[in-house]
Amino acid sequence: MNILVLIKQVPEIEKVRFDYEKGRLDRSSAGAIINPFDLNALEAAVQIKEKTGGSVTAISMGPMQAVDALRDALARGADKAILLSDERFAGADTLATAYTLASAIRKLGAFDLIICGEKTIDGDTGQVGPEVAELLGIPHVAYVEEIRQICSDKIVVGARMERNKYIIELRLPGLITVTKDLNNPRLPTLRDKLRAMRAEITVWSYKDLNEEDALQYFGLNGSPTRVIRVYTPAAEKRKSQVLSGTAPEVAQKIVQILRESGVLG
Amino acid sequence: MSDECSFCGVLIFAEQEDGEIHKVTYELLGKGRVLADRLGKNLCAVLLGYGLDDEARELIYYGADKVFLFDHPSLKDFDIVRYKQNIVRLVNEVKPDIFLIGATRIGRSLAPRIAASLKTGLTADCVDLDLDNEGNLVQIRPAFSGNIMAQIKTRTKPQMATVRYKVMKMSIRDPARRGGVVEMKVEPVKNTGMKILEKEKADEVNISEAEIIVAAGRGVKSPEDLRLFKELADLLGGVVGSSRPLVDAGWIGKEHQVGFSGNTVKPRVYMAFGISGSPQHLFGMRYSDIIIAVNKDPTAPMLNFSDYYVIGDLYEILPQLIHEIRKVRCVEK
Ligand SMILES: Cc1cc2nc3c(=O)[nH]c(=O)nc-3n(C[C@H](O)[C@H](O)[C@H](O)COP(=O)(O)OP(=O)(O)OC[C@H]3O[C@@H](n4cnc5c(N)ncnc54)[C@H](O)[C@@H]3O)c2cc1C
Ligand SMILES: Cc1cc2nc3c(=O)[nH]c(=O)nc-3n(C[C@H](O)[C@H](O)[C@H](O)COP(=O)(O)OP(=O)(O)OC[C@H]3O[C@@H](n4cnc5c(N)ncnc54)[C@H](O)[C@@H]3O)c2cc1C
Repeated sequence: MNILVLIKQVPEIEKVRFDYEKGRLDRSSAGAIINPFDLNALEAAVQIKEKTGGSVTAISMGPMQAVDALRDALARGADKAILLSDERFAGADTLATAYTLASAIRKLGAFDLIICGEKTIDGDTGQVGPEVAELLGIPHVAYVEEIRQICSDKIVVGARMERNKYIIELRLPGLITVTKDLNNPRLPTLRDKLRAMRAEITVWSYKDLNEEDALQYFGLNGSPTRVIRVYTPAAEKRKSQVLSGTAPEVAQKIVQILRESGVLG
Repeated sequence: MSDECSFCGVLIFAEQEDGEIHKVTYELLGKGRVLADRLGKNLCAVLLGYGLDDEARELIYYGADKVFLFDHPSLKDFDIVRYKQNIVRLVNEVKPDIFLIGATRIGRSLAPRIAASLKTGLTADCVDLDLDNEGNLVQIRPAFSGNIMAQIKTRTKPQMATVRYKVMKMSIRDPARRGGVVEMKVEPVKNTGMKILEKEKADEVNISEAEIIVAAGRGVKSPEDLRLFKELADLLGGVVGSSRPLVDAGWIGKEHQVGFSGNTVKPRVYMAFGISGSPQHLFGMRYSDIIIAVNKDPTAPMLNFSDYYVIGDLYEILPQLIHEIRKVRCVEK
């Protein structure tokens, strides 16, 4: 089984400081990590490989520093890693990102399964996976929380939609996006980390993708959406009225509010 | 047919599962109506499924001028590839300026495939939509896990967006409204590469629909204490909500989680016990009609976000409140 895992490097959200008064975002204390959902994607790939044999290739589009995320992926069980990095890829929205990833995947040749995270913790759209599937013309299932069975030409997965959980047989080659309920990603050992430090990481630029005269599909040029403005959400004003007294008094006041609002009696 | 459809300004995806229209659809019609009127164009809906004539008419009562109905056994259940193919064909014919889809799991699986096929932009999970002076769509969405808001414009048509459930106002049903249902020809695709083997009802608490939510946060000391929350919720005919740490600790199911990575709720009354009021939690309940907070820390942000608050110990207030409501209930009986 030849499995591709798509990985994005993201800032550690917990350490990004959001100044709600000034509407600013301070990333200086935040490191860069593999998008947490992509760890579940990688874990799923490694588990499948352990059963069926084959190889796991991690692919990321991003600045050169994203090699760190790919080294981490190698330490966690990927066999190969490819970074797509070029100034011409910068400023990509999800469509241009998907376009770039899809053309790299085409260049790689045959594959059986592509696994993505459900979404990222920064851009947070969950769109790249399904867009890659569409551009490659393969079927996909999103929000996979269970993998029941895998054979050479199909995979059986469970995914929850609004009213039902569906057990779906997906023909391969295909793509899935996975939730964090799917598995518990393993931690790399020190040995794995050291091995990953020395591993070779392939870097492809625009030229390597063999796309003739296609610059208009990449990066900012290929992005139909534009972020016009970013701000921190304003705290809406509520009346913030304190209810004081002993516990029974307070409880009676709450009952009164519930009655006035019509939800009680 | 392209003639009669040439004024389709706004198209919305009418989502159904098991033949039942998802309520986000009526919210899309609510917002879509406003946008279409401002553009001076029609509001259209696309509905795919099987045996949905009545549902198609409902969409008109809720504000659609025209409903494109793809009615076929092969479309009964959600098949991403089949749905996409039919919708892409329709969009290429009617060429809407704006195309809105609910940001449900079904919507968020489908929308990106349609956008990629049409090579157009898609904005995710919008919480507000507006038009600029040129009539372009201004899309507002949270990013960075709910910590910031972004304003996004799309320079291709249709301008596509998925829209978060329980944020926009639902339109009002008017059975006197008239409109047209256009029966669309369905080209059955034999093998789309996916087959539903089983379908299990995810019979979960539907907290998004709850009118009253009694929510627990990390102020709760042990999982057994959640019994009190259940008791109060049952007395009020409501549902128990929770902040994320309790879900992460395995004390309560994810279907109860309110917030950015959980559910968005819009109840008439939201009661928060021992919840500090993080941006991620507020994100999920900020549209509640009335918010009542109980917290022992007078500086907890939750208090500023509430209509009424009590500075005190939830372990004193909660049992007392249950007691008082019992009294009311008994007197009534
Ligand atoms: C504030 C803000 C708002 C934005 N809003 C939108 C928007 O509404 N619409 C839009 O089209 N773009 C938007 N963007 C741009 C978008 O964030 C980028 O296109 C980004 O490269 C990919 O989108 P994502 O982070 O949402 O990924 P998602 O679609 O959430 O990622 C899903 C999965 O795809 C894979 N993946 C994603 N990115 C990569 C990558 N670079 N390399 C390898 N695998 C990857 C991973 O497996 C990931 O788990 C926004 C950007 C910002 C800063
Ligand atoms: C990407 C991301 C997504 C997230 N998504 C969500 C989400 O969907 N939903 C969510 O809730 N959180 C979410 N979080 C977590 C969020 O940031 C907060 O950590 C979380 O909401 C805190 O929960 P809490 O208010 O219950 O706990 P705390 O912040 O620990 O607050 C507990 C409160 O209880 C009060 N208290 C303690 N004892 C008592 C008592 N006896 N009586 C009364 N009051 C008492 C304390 O004063 C305190 O204010 C997310 C975080 C990230 C990074």
